[in-house]
Amino acid sequence: MFMLQVVADNAAEVAKNTNALLGAGLGIGLTIIGAGLGIGRIGSQAVEAIARQPEASADIRGAMILTAALIEGATLAALVFALLFKIL
Amino acid sequence: MMQTPDIGGMIFAHTADARGLELPFVGHVALPQWAPVHVGGMTIDLSPTKHVVFLLVAAFLVWLTMWLTGRALQRQRAQGGGAPKGLANMMEAVILFVRNDVAIANIGRRRGAAFAPYILTLFWLILYCNLLGLVPFGATPTGNLAVTGALALTALATIEISGMVALGPKGYLRTIAFVPPGTTGVTAVLLTLIMIPVELIGKIVKPFALMLRLFANMTAGHFVILSLMGIIFIFGHLAVFRWVIAGGSVAFMLFMYALELLVAFLQAYIFALLTSVFIGLMQHEH
Repeated sequence: MFMLQVVADNAAEVAKNTNALLGAGLGIGLTIIGAGLGIGRIGSQAVEAIARQPEASADIRGAMILTAALIEGATLAALVFALLFKIL
Repeated sequence: MMQTPDIGGMIFAHTADARGLELPFVGHVALPQWAPVHVGGMTIDLSPTKHVVFLLVAAFLVWLTMWLTGRALQRQRAQGGGAPKGLANMMEAVILFVRNDVAIANIGRRRGAAFAPYILTLFWLILYCNLLGLVPFGATPTGNLAVTGALALTALATIEISGMVALGPKGYLRTIAFVPPGTTGVTAVLLTLIMIPVELIGKIVKPFALMLRLFANMTAGHFVILSLMGIIFIFGHLAVFRWVIAGGSVAFMLFMYALELLVAFLQAYIFALLTSVFIGLMQHEH
């Protein structure tokens, strides 16, 4: 009975916590889908371009890393905000 | 009933800033607390924290590396010159890479060499800060929004002031309010008016993204490693399985550590690269 009482008292807080966790989890999952698709495309196009023109491989590698970092930046911004929403 | 371990608390205790240091054989050392300084309407607390101490350690290590390299180079040149050997050779490879392929390649031949010291400092400081977090009893200063925010602030100041110096006041204003090419008449005026807040926000958002990218990359890696370690404790009461779980967790942790090492180098390079790209963008007229 005591346990039920404790559970009932914390129900509202637990619900808020659960909702925040649910929101953060969904947010993280969706963000990673977007990042995976984007960086996967960059990788595939870069590898194709290097296969077509191996002399330009240094330039292509540089552009690939730069673009991947930019997309990663957006992904991590979303992840940081997901963490923020969980904490708030 | 066994106490459930507070994994969240452990993770935050290891990644967030603290008022004391954890030293190897001494244990917890409290850092001095200074009286808050009242400036204007704000009270600022200037007492050193864990990340401040490690930031100073990283700065000292950067200075030490460069001083030793300079001394080695001086000695080698006094003895006859030729290609540098040893520490000077390794440093020359990295420094020339950052100077030529990052700074000069993106800023242009004329001004690139002038900005190279700043880009090099960014690269080396961020690299050492990132690597300090991977050492036992170490903390990552760049895992602190304030530190990355300060670095991004210096980048913002450098980008905008270098733009103002290179383009002149009129040219600089033209980077904010420019007529999109190929439009005339009313559309041109409308588009220019719409572009003004967009460009202004862009100027703020780019260093903001730099700050967030570095902070999140550093913190996320440590979160994963610490979570994997926490998994060992969560499953601690399962008699036989806990060894299997511990073994798998440690294996994953080793892989994540290697990835963290790569990310440390990559993020330092990315910060320096993006800063030099933004500086380079401001050097040329549209």
